[in-house]
Amino acid sequence: MSRLSQASRVSMSLEVAGRVRRGSFELELELTVDSGETVALLGPNGAGKTTLLRVLAGLQPLDDGLLRLDGRTLDDPAGRVFVLPEQRPIAVVFQQYLLFPNLSALENVAFGLRARGTPRAEARRSAAAWLDRVGLASLARRRPEQLSGGQQQRVALARALATEPALLLLDEPLAALDAATRNDVRRDLRQHLSGFGGIRLLITHDPLDAHALADQVIVLEEGRVTQRATLAEITAHPRSRYVAELVGVNLLHGTLRYGTLVLAGGAELISAEADLTDGPVRAVIRPQAISLHDSRPHGSPRNVWAATVAELDRHGDRVRVRLDGPIAVTAEVTAAAVAELGLHPGDPVWASVKATELEITPA
Amino acid sequence: MTPRARIRRATTPSPGGQDAGAGGTGTGAAGAGRTDTRRRIPRERLPLPALLLAVLAITFFALPLIGLLWRAPWSQAGRILTDPAVRKALRLSLICSLWATALSLLFGVPLSWLLARIRFPGRSLVRALCTLSMVVPPVVGGVALFAALGRRGLVGQWLDRWFDLRLPFSTAGVVVAQTFVAMPFLVLTVESALRQHDRRLEEAARTLGASAWYTFRRVTLPAVRPAVVAGAVLAWARALGEFGATITFAGNFPGRTQTLPIATYLALETDPADAVMLSLVLIATSFAVLVGLRDRWLGAGEAMPAIDSGSSR
Repeated sequence: MSRLSQASRVSMSLEVAGRVRRGSFELELELTVDSGETVALLGPNGAGKTTLLRVLAGLQPLDDGLLRLDGRTLDDPAGRVFVLPEQRPIAVVFQQYLLFPNLSALENVAFGLRARGTPRAEARRSAAAWLDRVGLASLARRRPEQLSGGQQQRVALARALATEPALLLLDEPLAALDAATRNDVRRDLRQHLSGFGGIRLLITHDPLDAHALADQVIVLEEGRVTQRATLAEITAHPRSRYVAELVGVNLLHGTLRYGTLVLAGGAELISAEADLTDGPVRAVIRPQAISLHDSRPHGSPRNVWAATVAELDRHGDRVRVRLDGPIAVTAEVTAAAVAELGLHPGDPVWASVKATELEITPA
Repeated sequence: MTPRARIRRATTPSPGGQDAGAGGTGTGAAGAGRTDTRRRIPRERLPLPALLLAVLAITFFALPLIGLLWRAPWSQAGRILTDPAVRKALRLSLICSLWATALSLLFGVPLSWLLARIRFPGRSLVRALCTLSMVVPPVVGGVALFAALGRRGLVGQWLDRWFDLRLPFSTAGVVVAQTFVAMPFLVLTVESALRQHDRRLEEAARTLGASAWYTFRRVTLPAVRPAVVAGAVLAWARALGEFGATITFAGNFPGRTQTLPIATYLALETDPADAVMLSLVLIATSFAVLVGLRDRWLGAGEAMPAIDSGSSR
C-alpha cells in the first residue's frame, strides 16, 4: 500500500496495484495513469486486458490490492471497501458497444443521466447536445439496429461521455468495425478523446489504434505489465517478442502527394498505394522490412537513403537498429548481418525499403 | 472476405452481434448468405415410419376435437350459451384466471429473476419446489393447499383467527388454487429468457450509473418482455382450465367458486349435450390463446396486437 503514497498524486490519477485470480489465470497489476494523457493498454488475447477493464469498472472485484481514482479508494479488499459500478465516476465504451436495443440513440445517450436522477427533459437536452457533438443529431430517434457500426460506436461514445466521468475506458473501440469505416472512426475518436479532460484508458490489441490514439503504451502479457513507454521507445527497445512483432512498428506521419509520402522534415518515401487520395497520412513500416547496406544499393527497392546508426538493441539472434537521419526509423536485422556490416553506433549506413512495404492509412 | 462483401456488411444496418443471447442473432449476420444457398438445400424428408407415427399423433389430437364438433348440439347452442348459470361460470372463470395471471406476474417475475440470477445453495431444490405444482396431480395440489390454508391449516387457522379470512370455498380460494398451478408456467418461461439475456447489457447499464433496480426495470425487463407475455398467456390458459385444485380447495358453489371447467364436469352428469357445448367454449378460448402465442413466438415485430386479437375471438 505504501507504493501508492498520497503525496505522489497529480491533478487527477488512476492508481491500481493488485491481483485478480480467475481460475488458473492470475492478473497482477501495477499501473498509474494521469489525466490529460491517453494510455493504450496493449496486449494479445488472453493477456488480461478485459479483466483489468472489469476491475476498474467495478464489474470484478480485486482479490487483493488497492484501486484508487482521483484519491478516492474504489476497491480495497483488505479495508473492506468496494464501490459499486454505478457509484464509480467511470464510463466504458464496450467493444460491442452494448447499446440498449429497445431505446433510441437519444435515449441511450440519456440513459446514464436518467439513471443518476437527472430530470427527463434535462437529460434529453443534454443527450441531444452530445449526439450533435458526435455528428448524429439527425439520427437521434433511430434504434441501434438501424445504425451502422460506426454510428453505433459514436452513440456508445456519446453515452459514455454524457455522464462526465473522471475515467473513460475504451475496450477495443474499433475492433467491431470493418476496415473502410475504421479509419474515419479512428480519426473522429481521436478528436473526441482530446476534448475529454479526464483520464483516458484505451484497451486494444491493435498497435495502429494505439499509435493513432494514445500517448503512452502499457503492454500487458500473460497477466503482467511488461512494458510502459512511448511508442517510439517501444519500437526501439521492445522487451519481448510480442512487443517486437506486433507493437514495435515504425510509424511515420506525413502528407501524401501523387503517391509519394512527404515527411515533416522534407524526406520522401515512395508508396505503392495507388488508390489513396492526397492529404495527411500515417505510414507503418515494419522494422523487418527495412534492409541495411554498407554502400548505396542498386536494386528493386524504391526507397533508399543514407542514415546513421544511433543505437543497437540485441534480442537473441535479432538486433534492432535505430537509425538517425532524414527518416528516423528502427530496422530489425539478424545478429549475423550486424557482424558482417560491422555496425556500431555512429556508423553511416544505407537503408532501403520496398514501396510495397509502406502501409499507408489516411490520418 | 472480398471487398464487395465487406462493403455490404458495412452498409447493412447493424449486423451487430451485441444481442447474442436474445435469439435474433443469426438473422442479421447469416441472412445475406442464406438467400443464396437456400434453394440448393433439399427439403428435409422424415423417414416413413416416423412420418406415419407423427400423422397418427396429429390424428390423436384432432379426433377429440372433431368428436366434440360432431356431437355438439348446435341447435341448442343459443340456449346453452345464454343460460345465466353458464354465463356466470364463464364470467367467474375469466375473472379468476385474470387475477391468477396478475398474481403470477407479480410474484413470478421476481421469482424467476431470483432463480436465474442469484446463486445460492439449494437453488435447484427451490426451483423444483416452485414448479412442483406443474407436475403433481392438481387434486393433490388442492389437498396440500387445504392443509396449508384451510380453516384448520398450518397458516389458515391464523388467517381465520386474526383476519377473519377464510380462503377455502371462496372466490379468493379459486384464485389461490389457480395461481398455485399456473405460476410455474410463467416462472419457467421467464427464467429461461433471463438466462439467455446478454448480461453484458446489464453491466453496461451499471457502469452508466444505473442501480440494480433501475437496470432491471429499464434494461432487463424490456429485453425479456416477450417471454413475460408468453409466460403470462401460458399461465392464464392453465388457470382458465384449472379444475382439480380448484374443486378440491374451493369447492363448487355456483357464482362463487363454480368455474367453467367445473360446470362442464357437472353438466356431463346431468346434461351431456351442455357439457359438449361448454367444452367447445373452453377449447375455443384456449385455441385462440395458442394461436396468439404462436404469432408471438414467431416474433413478427410487435406481437402484442396479435395476441389481443387472437384471444378476443
